[in-house]
Amino acid sequence: MGQETNTREYKKYKKESQVREIWRRFRKSRVAMIGLILLACIILVAIFADVITPYERAIEQHGADRFTPPCGQYLFGTDHLGRDMFARIVHGSRYSLLIGISTSLLSLVIGGLIGAFCGYYGGAFDNLVMRLMDVLMSVPPVLLSLAVVAALGADLKNLLVAMTISCVPGTVRLVRSVVISVADQDYIEAAHSYGGGDWRIILKYVLPNAMGPIIVSTTMNISAMILSAAGLSFIGMGVQPPAPEWGSLLNESRAHMFEAPYLLYVPGICILLTALGFNLVGDGLRDALDPKLKD
Amino acid sequence: MEKEKFLEVRNLKVVYQTDAATVHAVNHISFSLARGETLGLVGETGAGKTTTALSILRLLPERTARIQEGEILFEGNSLLPLSEAEMRKIRGEKISMIFQDPMTALNPVIPVGRQIAESLILHNEQGLSRDAIEELVEKSLEMVGIPASRKGEYPHQFSGGMKQRVVIAIALACNPDLLIADEPTTALDVTIQAQVLRMMKDLRERLGTAMIMITHDLGIVAQICDYVGVMYAGEIVEYGRMEDIFDAPRHHPYTLGLFGSIPDLESDARRLTPIEGLTPDPSNLPSGCKFSPRCPQCRDVCRQKAPDIWQNGQHRIACHLYSGKEAQT
Repeated sequence: MGQETNTREYKKYKKESQVREIWRRFRKSRVAMIGLILLACIILVAIFADVITPYERAIEQHGADRFTPPCGQYLFGTDHLGRDMFARIVHGSRYSLLIGISTSLLSLVIGGLIGAFCGYYGGAFDNLVMRLMDVLMSVPPVLLSLAVVAALGADLKNLLVAMTISCVPGTVRLVRSVVISVADQDYIEAAHSYGGGDWRIILKYVLPNAMGPIIVSTTMNISAMILSAAGLSFIGMGVQPPAPEWGSLLNESRAHMFEAPYLLYVPGICILLTALGFNLVGDGLRDALDPKLKD
Repeated sequence: MEKEKFLEVRNLKVVYQTDAATVHAVNHISFSLARGETLGLVGETGAGKTTTALSILRLLPERTARIQEGEILFEGNSLLPLSEAEMRKIRGEKISMIFQDPMTALNPVIPVGRQIAESLILHNEQGLSRDAIEELVEKSLEMVGIPASRKGEYPHQFSGGMKQRVVIAIALACNPDLLIADEPTTALDVTIQAQVLRMMKDLRERLGTAMIMITHDLGIVAQICDYVGVMYAGEIVEYGRMEDIFDAPRHHPYTLGLFGSIPDLESDARRLTPIEGLTPDPSNLPSGCKFSPRCPQCRDVCRQKAPDIWQNGQHRIACHLYSGKEAQT
């Protein structure tokens, strides 16, 4: 790259040019692109679910067509109540994505801020918060979510709250440990010497340097959250039937594993592909955001 | 003789308190500095040079370090009672610091130009526009000899010497009145060292910045400093103008030892003559003169009593050898 183009390129570093830079690096990883395409398809399906097939089809019961294997009329077959699996999968993607993304992002924001605060300041506050997190972590996450849903009542909103609460302690611990190691670096002390305040330093210096492991764990969390929402829906504490949700589809089909195995394959593969998509994108994003790996 | 005191450190004593021990890092040091002057603080590792620097900026680690006694006056105002928010206004704008290791002192995920802009944005009292700040960033990069076109690059794309220039550009971005340079050239090789020193000297002359140069290299002191404080075990054992330290007939035995440890082109020695022994454990300092266990001219009185200060003009030596003697003229 010549001096001239260099000058032009770096004349101003506007936000969009940085986004373009990250995009350029992201694009170079074929695996990450596959993940992105996968995710894009799934998200498009979720957005245009009503266009693809009306919601009524997902809950309509056709008693005569129970356990129809995949065919022209029912692309993915029908379940034990004769509902169209294809429509259920398409509309289920909305619930699954909503639950997975919103809970892990929420817990990233809440857990990230608490963790950064604890790691950066340490001391009594840190101790108090960490012991509180220990208490939360000593309860299995599913039981914890269950307790919260039982207390608040079973609906989608409470499910999100409950799952976020069960996800936060892990995020706090992770962010705190990364922040502790970053906060010790010389450039943080240097930032103090320029006269930066604590919040500015946490947001501009500490967190961006701690981003790698945080991104990876968040994308992994998304798939874990989809699965644990499935468990909760199964025992009636999550998404209420007849609303379709991939996890609950999987659980409903378990009883008919032998008569109609396709009922397990389809939602299983959907969850798998979504999880895979998020993980690949997360990996790619981590690499693209790290300027040290820049060509 | 009375000079305008711009920075004055009086009787500063800093300890690090840990469960295991109390470390006496800086013990009752005093010095002052006028505008545009450069003070060199020389001494072995662990002599308390960096601790002194960090206490001026009030950046000592909060949990362990304590300034037990003393005062730090900057432009006539004491820095110690200031709140953290008031201190932040001074850091970066009035007093800034060049860190020892440029490899770790830059944030690896932010382009260097933005790191230079950081202190300009933080201390933007005149309400400069973004473009004006960008212009200043470009100017300060060029001032330290880096093409402005490289401002969008990340620290890892620069070599060590270039990184140190960036660190210096950051420190100078707000035209500080006082620049504290903590071993600015230690991490660099000799040729780059010379460049960086020449550049700092130029900048000092152009901007009239006062400077505290922390180093263990007497060669650097000779090149750049007006005053020199020789530190040992948290004390300034000898202080004076540069000529006093290099040319005057009387010296602290420790200073002589330091000079003995540099290779000399003229003498045909096969081995250097280092100072015997090690710096004392700062959590368990010897009584009397702190240098007595290693001093070739140690006498009984040295082990019992801390030495008085012998003074000749601005040249001060804390050693029993000269106590009670008249200043030579």
